[in-house]
Amino acid sequence: MAIKTEEMVLNMGPQHPSTHGVLRLELALEGEIITNVIPHIGYLHRCFEKHCEAMTYPQIVPYTDRMDYLAPMGNEFGYAIAMEKLLGIQVPERVEYIRVIMAELQRISSHLVALGTYGADIGAFTPFLYCFIDREKVLNLFEITCGARLLYNYIWIGGLSHDLHPDFIRKTREFIKEFRPNLKEINDLLSHNRIFIDRTANVGILPIDTAINYGVSGPNLRGSGFKWDIRKDDPYSIYSKFDFDIPVGEGKYGTVGDSWDRYYVRVLEMEESCKIIEQALDQLPEGDVQSAIPKRIKPVVGNVYARVENPRGDLGYFIMSDGSTSPYRVKVRAPSFVTMQVLNELCKGYMVADVVTILGSIDIVLGEIDR
Amino acid sequence: MKKAEEIFQLLKDNFPASNLELKTDQPTEAIIIASPLEIDKICLFLHDASELLFDDLMNLSGVDEPKAGLLTVYYHLGSTKIKHKITLKVSTDRNKPEVSTVTEVWKSADWHEREAYDLLGIIFLNHPDLRRILMPYDWDAGYPLRKDYENPEFYQGMKVPY
Amino acid sequence: MGFLDKEFTDGNIVIAKAEDLFNWARLSSLWQVSFGLACCAIEMMATSASHYDFDRFGVIPRPSPRHADFIIISGTVTLKMATRIKRLYEQMPDPKYIISMGSCANCGGPYWEHGYHVLKGIDRVIPVDVYVPGCPPRPEALLEGLLKLQEKIRHESMIKKTA
Repeated sequence: MAIKTEEMVLNMGPQHPSTHGVLRLELALEGEIITNVIPHIGYLHRCFEKHCEAMTYPQIVPYTDRMDYLAPMGNEFGYAIAMEKLLGIQVPERVEYIRVIMAELQRISSHLVALGTYGADIGAFTPFLYCFIDREKVLNLFEITCGARLLYNYIWIGGLSHDLHPDFIRKTREFIKEFRPNLKEINDLLSHNRIFIDRTANVGILPIDTAINYGVSGPNLRGSGFKWDIRKDDPYSIYSKFDFDIPVGEGKYGTVGDSWDRYYVRVLEMEESCKIIEQALDQLPEGDVQSAIPKRIKPVVGNVYARVENPRGDLGYFIMSDGSTSPYRVKVRAPSFVTMQVLNELCKGYMVADVVTILGSIDIVLGEIDR
Repeated sequence: MKKAEEIFQLLKDNFPASNLELKTDQPTEAIIIASPLEIDKICLFLHDASELLFDDLMNLSGVDEPKAGLLTVYYHLGSTKIKHKITLKVSTDRNKPEVSTVTEVWKSADWHEREAYDLLGIIFLNHPDLRRILMPYDWDAGYPLRKDYENPEFYQGMKVPY
Repeated sequence: MGFLDKEFTDGNIVIAKAEDLFNWARLSSLWQVSFGLACCAIEMMATSASHYDFDRFGVIPRPSPRHADFIIISGTVTLKMATRIKRLYEQMPDPKYIISMGSCANCGGPYWEHGYHVLKGIDRVIPVDVYVPGCPPRPEALLEGLLKLQEKIRHESMIKKTA
């Protein structure tokens, strides 16, 4: 005899310990099975694009930091690349190498937060503390370079704000030497843990065609088995000089494209970032980091679109200039904004507790979604 | 990998009736200008044609141009298989902005178009769910990213300006 | 602290004012609503991690506002979110305290000039006890803000009503 059920709407409100920020999810449930998920965003809309139209080009750099606040170096990098393409500036080689080192260190620190909070959402609190200890070491490295722990204003158009501190290279090599065994420890604690696998394998399976049609990119797309990385497929800066792999999900404990794959791709990417940093430190040339910074930035009338590989996906900047010192229009194509749309497809048919698992595995940052 | 001129030629061969233009004088890339009510058919062709395969909508953004009295939408398309890129542009009248939606071709256009509607007021015809996305649902003070936007004094009892 | 100075010789009896006792109990175990909005929330998480520990001051994050003593508003408050914060504040039971962390919550921060959707300071909606400046404030600054809140609670009076 079938039980008569009615559809119930449950609100996972803006204040929730597991929504990674201020996000409101409206879940339509049939018992405990989800039939529909409607995300409501905009609780952190800080009018970045309107500010860009009023500020001059160098003044926009601190605002780009604050969009994806877990990977600010990546945001600044994207903006600098877009502006240098529009202005036609070629930066010195030392600047390129330092930018790559900073971006890869930022990738490590961002993935550590992603993994730590993912474990905390699932219920494992200890990896959160371990990840944050390693993250403090990376933030120390950033602090001795530019003075700030979280939001740097370091990568400027045409160069950098400060040169490297004399101790930076030695401390970075020490960090990488200590980090590799710590990564193995995190793996033993979380990745191959029976409870973690039971909660994440076969949950939220994302097929490749759906992912590309929805615009998913970054580790989420690579977790489904598709090798797509802007650093290799549409190279920018000097990434073509380094030798590194692109890890993809293989469905080790479940189906290809489930939450475990998306999580494990991030763990493997941290190892690849360590390789890139070591190669960059070995090849680092001398030079002046501020020689190519223009005194006054007034580009010609035109527009440019440039994209970089941020820890969350493809970050794109569309900048339209009308010949004055402020841009006419800046549009940021944030990876988390585009990835949120696929949440409905991923959650259909699973239970309420799996929403937390799936949301944690796609690793969103609300500052980027709402800009 | 196809260049912008070759893609433009393919489009002109397949859509002889619509008015397409190729603009190559401004930095940094070539732009194909199309008409707003036919953009969905053009995008469907770009997505399905076997030598083009533009399966990745990289960006969709709206721009306000009050001096020309137009609202424009820029589409940046890329291909994950063939690795080429192209930019499209459509313009509509500022007082009655209407553009066909491309959500049938790429589902990622859904929220991009909702954001263009929310912040600039561009109406996308046949969109499955066109409502505000970033501003509050009962915001009635206009479209914030337009150049002539004025801030309201109060919103639900809270003072808005500094 | 002053309590243990008032012990009798056999060590099991302490005499204190009721006000001091209640204030001491309140400030030693402040439970916070885990509420993070933007970049300052990451610094708050770093403060509760093991390097700058929050737990040694007795602060535990609680998910529900009904179990909590105080709330740290960390991050930009937008107009859409301000009504919800007011509702959260009304749900917390007395005595409750508010720390406003970061420039955005203090006065609108870097978005004060052209932010059409940013509330210029959370004190336009709820009463604030301690302001912690910074963008984002260092974890040490947040800990100092907490200590100032504890100082404020230590001098509270049972007879005179606050907030």
